Amino acid sequence: MSAETLTAQPKPRALVVKDNLKNLAFVLPAVIIFSVFYVYPFFEIFRLSLQSWDGISPTSSWVGLANFTELMRDKIWWSSMWHAAYITLIALTFQNALAFALALACDREIRMQRFYRVVFFLPPVLSEVVVGMIWQWILNSDVQGGQPIGVLNYWLTQMGLPQLVHHWLSDPQTALTCIAVVHCWKGFGWGFIMLLAGLQTIDHQLYEAAKVDGANSWHTFRHVTLPMMVPVISVVMILTILGSMQVFILIKAMVSQGLGYHTEVPVTRILLSMQESGRFGYACAMGVTFGVFLIGLSLASKLLSGKTKQ
Amino acid sequence: MKKILIGLGLCAAVGVFLLTSSGCGKRQEDLNTITVWHWMTDRNKALEELASKYEQQTGIKIKIDLFAPSESYTQKVVSSAQSKVLPDIYGILDKKEVFAAFIKSGFIADITADFKANNNEWENQFFPKALDVNRFTEGNVYGVKAGIYGVPLDVTTIEMLYNVKLLKKAGIKAPPQNFSEFLEAIHALKRVGVSGLVSGWGELWMIDSFASNYAFNIMGEEKVMATYRGEVPYTDPDWIKVLDVFKQLVDNGALIEGVVTKPNKYAEQDFALERAAFAFNGSWCVNVYNDMNPNLEYGVMLPPLANSNLPMKIWGGAGSSFVVNNTSPRKDKAIAFLKWLSAKDQQAYLAKATKNLPANREALAEIPEVLSAFASSMDQVTHPTVWSLNENPVVSEAFLKGIQSILIGEKTPQQIAQNVQQVKQEQLAKKKK
Amino acid sequence: MEGPRYKAIGALKSTVIHAFLISVTLTCLFPLFWMVRCSLMTNQTVFTDKTFIPKDLHFSNYVQAWVDGGFGIYFLNSVVYTVSVVVGIVLIASLAAYAFSRLKFWGKNFFFGMFLAAMMIPLPGSFVPLVVLMNKLGLANHRIGYILCMINVGLSMSILLLKTFFDRTPQDLEDAARIDGCGRLGIWWHVALPLARPAIAVIVIFNSLSVWNEYILATLLLNDKTLMPLQRGIMVFQGVHSVDYPILMAGLTIAATPIILIYLAMQRHIIKGLVEGATVQ
Repeated sequence: MSAETLTAQPKPRALVVKDNLKNLAFVLPAVIIFSVFYVYPFFEIFRLSLQSWDGISPTSSWVGLANFTELMRDKIWWSSMWHAAYITLIALTFQNALAFALALACDREIRMQRFYRVVFFLPPVLSEVVVGMIWQWILNSDVQGGQPIGVLNYWLTQMGLPQLVHHWLSDPQTALTCIAVVHCWKGFGWGFIMLLAGLQTIDHQLYEAAKVDGANSWHTFRHVTLPMMVPVISVVMILTILGSMQVFILIKAMVSQGLGYHTEVPVTRILLSMQESGRFGYACAMGVTFGVFLIGLSLASKLLSGKTKQ
Repeated sequence: MKKILIGLGLCAAVGVFLLTSSGCGKRQEDLNTITVWHWMTDRNKALEELASKYEQQTGIKIKIDLFAPSESYTQKVVSSAQSKVLPDIYGILDKKEVFAAFIKSGFIADITADFKANNNEWENQFFPKALDVNRFTEGNVYGVKAGIYGVPLDVTTIEMLYNVKLLKKAGIKAPPQNFSEFLEAIHALKRVGVSGLVSGWGELWMIDSFASNYAFNIMGEEKVMATYRGEVPYTDPDWIKVLDVFKQLVDNGALIEGVVTKPNKYAEQDFALERAAFAFNGSWCVNVYNDMNPNLEYGVMLPPLANSNLPMKIWGGAGSSFVVNNTSPRKDKAIAFLKWLSAKDQQAYLAKATKNLPANREALAEIPEVLSAFASSMDQVTHPTVWSLNENPVVSEAFLKGIQSILIGEKTPQQIAQNVQQVKQEQLAKKKK
Repeated sequence: MEGPRYKAIGALKSTVIHAFLISVTLTCLFPLFWMVRCSLMTNQTVFTDKTFIPKDLHFSNYVQAWVDGGFGIYFLNSVVYTVSVVVGIVLIASLAAYAFSRLKFWGKNFFFGMFLAAMMIPLPGSFVPLVVLMNKLGLANHRIGYILCMINVGLSMSILLLKTFFDRTPQDLEDAARIDGCGRLGIWWHVALPLARPAIAVIVIFNSLSVWNEYILATLLLNDKTLMPLQRGIMVFQGVHSVDYPILMAGLTIAATPIILIYLAMQRHIIKGLVEGATVQ
């Protein structure tokens, strides 16, 4: 507000221009780096999405929108989109709820707060290799000498629940959910620190004021904490969407290229078209479509958070 | 103030470090340094040692650069080709089509003349099958000038393995020869609580290899090629039989749990830890099993025949090959180095250090026993890179993914055959347009 | 005011909270324990030894990983890359985010929208053109080229996050500074940045992790061994076919340690009281 009022006084035009340029200088470094390293590759991808190209030959042929029309009819592509959306949906709800709950708990004056903070960030730090191997071992459905090898199945038998023993990763009914759960486990640390940083920057005076007004803890949460957190939650949501829609290393680590089309996601489709079938143009068309879709999703979540704020 | 000074000092130090030690600069055209790019993490040390030996002998420096994992390596080669900054020697990890595209774009030197010099002296050192991978024959479908374009380093074959101890435990005396014997063995193993076959069928190419073995065994090479040309439909009874092999494996419980989602590395663990009696794996496994369980007793066999009238064919040939950059000013020196690398002594050294089958026939005497069992099936070997043509990748993806659907029991061979045929027709129609 | 009943409820509440926190803690600690445990075994015992803490501990695996992986130079490179990229991103992104949040200029919404949109385009497809571009610019196989690319990778997300936090911080302090005659740049450096410390800590952590673990772009852009980051060393352990798991785990443990240290150092800045603290100054 006040910045505007200070600069909004009528000024000579030359001064306005100067002011504008000075302000623009703040974003200039970012814009320059961006223009050099992003704009060219982006236009290349866009150009290639209108071509048929094998990725190597010096020549490519113009096919117009053919790649896009084929993509629209590509059932496997759309089911892969749906799989990513499913993982994203679980991440948005489960992962973010967990992250928020943990952040709230650590925002209070509790014992071992420092310890928890450190520990909750361990999963994101760990290499995907370790995560993939550990969960593969936990969810393994092999049997050796009549005993399940996988930790989960082993404990289910030990606890007298052998009817729950399951081929977690090789059953299309459960594979995607298992992947989503591991993805949430690996990713909640991010939401946790961002939300924690958000909670810790809420002005203390607001809490004091609420206390003076006699608000109980639920009311304080509902009317002070939550409204203050909406922008941060919205950023966390956008980043969750981006991270979950583009998940693929974890999928490769857990189920390889397996399970027919049940564990395909957009990025695996793009990589497959690019590397295995040598259809570079088609892969670029996928990339562009996917990008447009993600922009749409993020805009939607931004609008949604804008609404809740009011 | 002090803080700012320290900060400035640090910035300056980093800046100097960045600028001075940047490996780039404009590299002066050093004609006595040959750069090699490869992806073989397990052979890096051995190659570096050979390189320094070569430098001692000839004074020519060989720079060995490793890029891993192999997907990143492939991307690196492709993007470097786009920028025309390929090294003197590198390898193509891709399909024959990509190999051909590289040749046609002028990135790979034709080294046929060097192979043929002095009465085919260099050519005769190799297993013919190993050279076939790098050979383009007269009138090939890719439109590449006939000749040899690469130097094989080693050979591999992909076969079946059996665990001696587990077969004994189930009372099986000899490894099964045909498919019904194999299924009997599976049932015998089941009675003593042992899983049957493990393989890395989470990776599509491993399924491809197994399916292709049976396609050749059931209908023979000519009919497979006719299918690829579009003359025989996938709904042909013979193709249904190929798909049915997988169905029978599932119905008889011959496969270890979760085989569809296993990358080959996990499958290798299972066999090394004696969780399954049979494995379908390549000759590189000798090294892997030795690392994990040196006491493992196992033998090599061909996949059991499904059709006794035709021979079983397995995949194999050159495991890894190097090519020479056609635009390099050090082309002749690079070829000379590859000649030296593929000579008997160096090949024997590589084979010993990495337990891979050497591409040089004369070096074969010095390899471990199990490995020679792999080498003895060299006559049965075939590979997509030596066929007259390959299936359209979109069709083969539908075929392989379809097999995965059979493995998880959600589709029947008939359904898959129809689906694949439909994809095939779409692709044929597209090509005509 | 605090009767015994109230206290009992408080105790119950804190027990429930702690039980919840501890159960999550266990799932987070277990993989770390598993990784370290594996790194101390041999390739033959790693899959067969079922004891919780194995008898023979092979600490020499760490030495072997360091030497075989050629970690010395890679480690140094990774430190240089991480520090340069993070410093670059914090400066560039906070300048831009501050401008997007507080200042008025032409094309503000356009530029901000541009950065947001850039975050969404999936990277796999853009690598080849990027490498071609870097070669044209003569920045391929060059430290600075790699650093600039990585700054670009983290920039959009950092701008978005920082802008969100700048939007939330109170403006009275900045106004006071302006009346004191502080320029735009001075306000950014002396007032806005300290207030956004928790957010800066978050982007430092985020970008350090992404640079430290990056290897695809490094493989594509760099040729010389002397320029490669730490992950190159790790990749060598994951052979095409054979994998020496204990050595791999030892390498991964070595690689994870600096990141955990950075996090330990940074999370201290994500604490309460900064806003009030700034008011007092």
